[in-house]
Amino acid sequence: MTDTLTPVLTDMWDVERSWTRAAYESKGGYAALDKAFAMSPDDVIAAVKDSGLRGRGGAGFPTGMKWSFIPQDNPRPKYLVVNADESEPGTCKDIPLMMANPHVLVEGVIISSYAIRANKAFIYIRGEVLHVIRRVQAAVAEAYAAGHLGKDIHGSGFDLDVVVHAGAGAYICGEETALLEGLEGRRGQPRLRPPFPAVAGLYASPTVINNVESISSVPSIVANGADWFASMGTEKSKGYGIFSLSGHVKKPGQYEAPLGITLRELIDLAGGIREGHDLKFWTPGGSSTPLLTPEHLDVPLDFEAVGAAGSMLGTRALQIFDDTVCVVRAVLRWTEFYKHESCGKCTPCREGTWWLAQVLTRLENGEGSEGDLDVLLDQCDNILGRAFCALGDGATSPISSSIQYFRDEYLAHLTHGGCPFDPARSTAWAGVEVTA
Amino acid sequence: MTTDKTVAQADLVNVTIDGIQVAVPKNTLVIRAAEQVGVQIPRFCDHPLLAPVGACRQCLVDIPDAGNGRGFPKPQASCTLPVAEGMVVNTQVTSPVADKAQQGIMEFLLINHPLDCPVCDKGGECPLQNQAMSNGRGESRFSGDDNPTPGAPGAKRTFPKPINLSPNVLLDRERCIVCQRCTRFADEIAGDPFIALVERGAEQQIGIAEDAPFLSYFSGNVIQICPVGALTSEQYRFRSRPFDLVSVPGVAEHDACGSAIRVDHRRGKVMRRLAGNDPEVNEEWITDKDRFAFAYAQGDDRLTYPQVRDEDGSLRPASWPEAFAVAARGLAAAKQAGGVGVLTGGRLIAEDAYAYAKFARVALGTNDVDFRARPHSAEEAAFLASNVVLTGPGNGGVTYADLESAAKVVLVGLEPEDEAGALWLRLRKSVRAGGTQVIALAPYTTRGLHKLRGRLVPTAPGEEPAVIRSLLEQAEYGVDSTAVVLVGERLATVPGALSAAAELAQKSGARLAWVPRRAGDRGAVETGCLPNLLPGGRPVGDAAARVDVATAWGVADLPATEGRDGDAIVAALVAGELGGLVVAGVDPADTADPAATRAAIDAAGFVVALDLRETDVTRAADVVLPVAPVTDKAGMFVSWEGRPRPFARALANPASLPDLRSLAGIAEEMGAPLGFRTVEEARAEMEQLGPWDGQRAGLDTPPRSSAATRPATTDGDRVAPARDEQGRIEIRLATWKQSVDNGRMQDGDKYLRATARPPVALVTQATYDAHGPTITLTGDRGSITLPAQVADDLVDGVVWVPANSFGNGVLSDLASPGAPVTISGGES
Repeated sequence: MTDTLTPVLTDMWDVERSWTRAAYESKGGYAALDKAFAMSPDDVIAAVKDSGLRGRGGAGFPTGMKWSFIPQDNPRPKYLVVNADESEPGTCKDIPLMMANPHVLVEGVIISSYAIRANKAFIYIRGEVLHVIRRVQAAVAEAYAAGHLGKDIHGSGFDLDVVVHAGAGAYICGEETALLEGLEGRRGQPRLRPPFPAVAGLYASPTVINNVESISSVPSIVANGADWFASMGTEKSKGYGIFSLSGHVKKPGQYEAPLGITLRELIDLAGGIREGHDLKFWTPGGSSTPLLTPEHLDVPLDFEAVGAAGSMLGTRALQIFDDTVCVVRAVLRWTEFYKHESCGKCTPCREGTWWLAQVLTRLENGEGSEGDLDVLLDQCDNILGRAFCALGDGATSPISSSIQYFRDEYLAHLTHGGCPFDPARSTAWAGVEVTA
Repeated sequence: MTTDKTVAQADLVNVTIDGIQVAVPKNTLVIRAAEQVGVQIPRFCDHPLLAPVGACRQCLVDIPDAGNGRGFPKPQASCTLPVAEGMVVNTQVTSPVADKAQQGIMEFLLINHPLDCPVCDKGGECPLQNQAMSNGRGESRFSGDDNPTPGAPGAKRTFPKPINLSPNVLLDRERCIVCQRCTRFADEIAGDPFIALVERGAEQQIGIAEDAPFLSYFSGNVIQICPVGALTSEQYRFRSRPFDLVSVPGVAEHDACGSAIRVDHRRGKVMRRLAGNDPEVNEEWITDKDRFAFAYAQGDDRLTYPQVRDEDGSLRPASWPEAFAVAARGLAAAKQAGGVGVLTGGRLIAEDAYAYAKFARVALGTNDVDFRARPHSAEEAAFLASNVVLTGPGNGGVTYADLESAAKVVLVGLEPEDEAGALWLRLRKSVRAGGTQVIALAPYTTRGLHKLRGRLVPTAPGEEPAVIRSLLEQAEYGVDSTAVVLVGERLATVPGALSAAAELAQKSGARLAWVPRRAGDRGAVETGCLPNLLPGGRPVGDAAARVDVATAWGVADLPATEGRDGDAIVAALVAGELGGLVVAGVDPADTADPAATRAAIDAAGFVVALDLRETDVTRAADVVLPVAPVTDKAGMFVSWEGRPRPFARALANPASLPDLRSLAGIAEEMGAPLGFRTVEEARAEMEQLGPWDGQRAGLDTPPRSSAATRPATTDGDRVAPARDEQGRIEIRLATWKQSVDNGRMQDGDKYLRATARPPVALVTQATYDAHGPTITLTGDRGSITLPAQVADDLVDGVVWVPANSFGNGVLSDLASPGAPVTISGGES
């Protein structure tokens, strides 16, 4: 277990104009490209496999294994699609990464495309973050100008074109098959699997879809070797990752550290919880991962340990809530998000999120009864694992976990006839004299 | 109907469902494998003829073993999961997990569904209602205020209701459970994807683009497959309750497809029609015409009693015996005065057609009988005798299933989306499955051909014989023994075309089928309503065949010479050579020369008209006998395949008699009884007579140079286009009837008619540029002015107009068959 930060992707965020090619190359950027071209594509896949890199988008599927599923005897073109539709409440790693260091993503895209033998790659960026779209577009243009993209890259004979695609504003398009639908110009709703994207993805062709951070990790693996990467992290969750701390900590931000670091260590790095308050609950990986509490402060933040604690590592979006926060209020706000973002394809998610929000609203207002909690839990049981994709599952996580840990607080709303908390106390300006 | 369903053992997969072992074919979905053991898993989005989607999640089952020793941790949608060897499935019957999952989904489905079942059209036949009872919770836990404000806790989502998706189809969005059956049908089956999901979450709904309503010839099917009352029929909405209806299987009378339908009636009136389910024929789909066009039989102009011409010249009501007697007397006199012709139209059931065929020969002593109330030719009659009659499933006939297995299907003179909807749907299914390539000899790529991803062989009207022959020489078209050639009845207007098609089939080994437009056409061929054919395909010219029939009918002999065809009957009446006419359901406007046909009826010394509704023909007749519509009698149509399509009587109406009963009455009065008075008796006699087993009539190939009679051919060097007297360029006219048009059997349903494609003239870009958006066509029968539209690949020198979508139709108002037209407009 390490207690130090390992800045790799974030290493050059403090460099002057870090997002430019010049800055990136001055730090050794695009050097991994030639190293990769000297290897066979299969060797690149093997290196990523050996590194133990697991998908950084939340599910943690081994990246190298995903690449090896691409049937290379399929005569259709292969595609690499980068999922940059970062929309999960609390998750804020890909957007700052693309803002501060877009070229590491571009370099990762080139090496990854080379490995899976794709000559066309797409970066699907959440449509709301226009500044990021512009920055990545500029980086891609710079890379073309420098000969890192286009025909016969670095004399390797490898051709690659990269398209930066702006999403149209739907959380569901972070789901990989819905993303493909959107990329094809269709309505963003998840596809039936099988066929899996590796076999018939974008335009019915073999397609790899990876998260921004996964792809951006590839250049460092190629440059420093799989062993270097695997030396970090825990036994089954290797390497480093960006941990995004938000909420009631003194220094919120991105902390890049080996997987397996604990929240206690991260909060220390972030200067501790807001003055005069204690940690009440937190999410390990965005709102779709079940809540954890102070008793989980020493859970190693890797896929296995967080899973054993009853949650999921997810996107390492650590939202920190102190004791001023009403858990019912927080959960209702998340639930309203899921209700708004449910794509509507399947019944449990479409109708379930609509209903969950209504029951929670009643509870927050101090209406309803204790029996409503059992109804809520039963609704969650009827959604979890019954929905078409993981959006429905994610919508139940905050509800069922919050009732598990904070049942009494729900009941307090009923006895109090409304929310017993003062929402102003949880704000950033709490305690500050505000005058008009 | 025998279908070989033998599946090799190797293709069977063994699964255990609710403890019962069953072997099902590979790739069977779990939901259907469960049906094999008698378990109905509730479902909404699943439909056996649509691709799986897994949207509604109602069919969740527990899979403790996926066949690999491991189970699924979560319930699985059985509508998307194929079976695997050794799979164990526990449905709601044995698995509490599956049962709870299904009840949970049902509860979700109902929270935003209005409880307006008492006023909903679907109430009583609603899969949501039924399955909520069988697989849902007794009471919902979704609770709300009695009078909630929209969006407040406890509020159901509401929408203004209903909205029109098309003139036929209404959408009540509140009731919709967005299973996507309708959008998938529109996209996958009909190829008219004009409805789609819009918005998201609980606000997700079916929508249309503002300027593009759901116009499809097959739109009504979405109403039928909607598992809730979200899609309703403008025509049927609020008309009746399902439990008040009596349902009778029927066969659609609007085309030659023989589509199975269900007729729902209440208190002697047809309330609606639905698609029947016949996997061999129309599967579960019918055209909108088959579904919505039935009001014609229930209109004010329906004939309900016999009439005879009084001494003062007016028609007066008569008793049946009097009408029979007057008709018999008049026909006997007309028979002496040169003879009587019989025109039967193409809409008869086979039994009635048989009665006309027998009546002509036995009572009138003539072969002057023809069912073809449309442009026709002697070549066609010979073709029908040599290549069509007596073919059928199991007897060399092309079937729907053959279309699916054929590598190529060549369409000549046939636009199946307009003229044979069920056939077109089957072609599309086969094309989408990657099995069949469609090649069309047509003047342009029609919308129907486009949706079949078909290949156009550009063919101007009149050029078909040459182009058909060229198919043989050009290997690229691949017309060989794996191909099927479908020829439409329109080819009768092109001399040499049917012969060329027969020659193509013979030389290439391709199979050939004739696809007429009307439901009774093929039955009339089989039963001898032709001047050259006796019932059962017996050639008039064959003495043995005549003896065969005469013996069966118990008459001394039958007229030995081939009779006059429809055109010749008309000409003979006008010339006074024939003394009388028996006419059944013929609209003069359909015939090659409408004016001549009207003149013939006026000129005829004595006319007996048998018809459903009052028409110009009945008004001119001497004896008018009402006949039963298809709902009021049992009967049989013969599909284009040659497949008998019997159906039972739907409505009991003692005053409504089939044609054959009237003919029997007249024949008895004439002293030449037919030997039957009911449909059942006629059918028994037809079966006893049986098909001809002797020599089939040959097809004398007429001279090939028929194209020489056409103006402006494209043979060899392009010659200067022909011009009329005013020097205007003569254009060849391509035309056929659209599925929804001014046809008389579509009378009475304004909603259906509102979905008709607006009449336009399709022209080449050059013509459009020269004449602009409105053009006037002038032919030998008149002029019409229509909006012009460019058809990209229309053959030069051709203009297309719909045959019966304006005025009295092309034959009355524009040009005779095969005649050229000239274009004017926009010159100033």
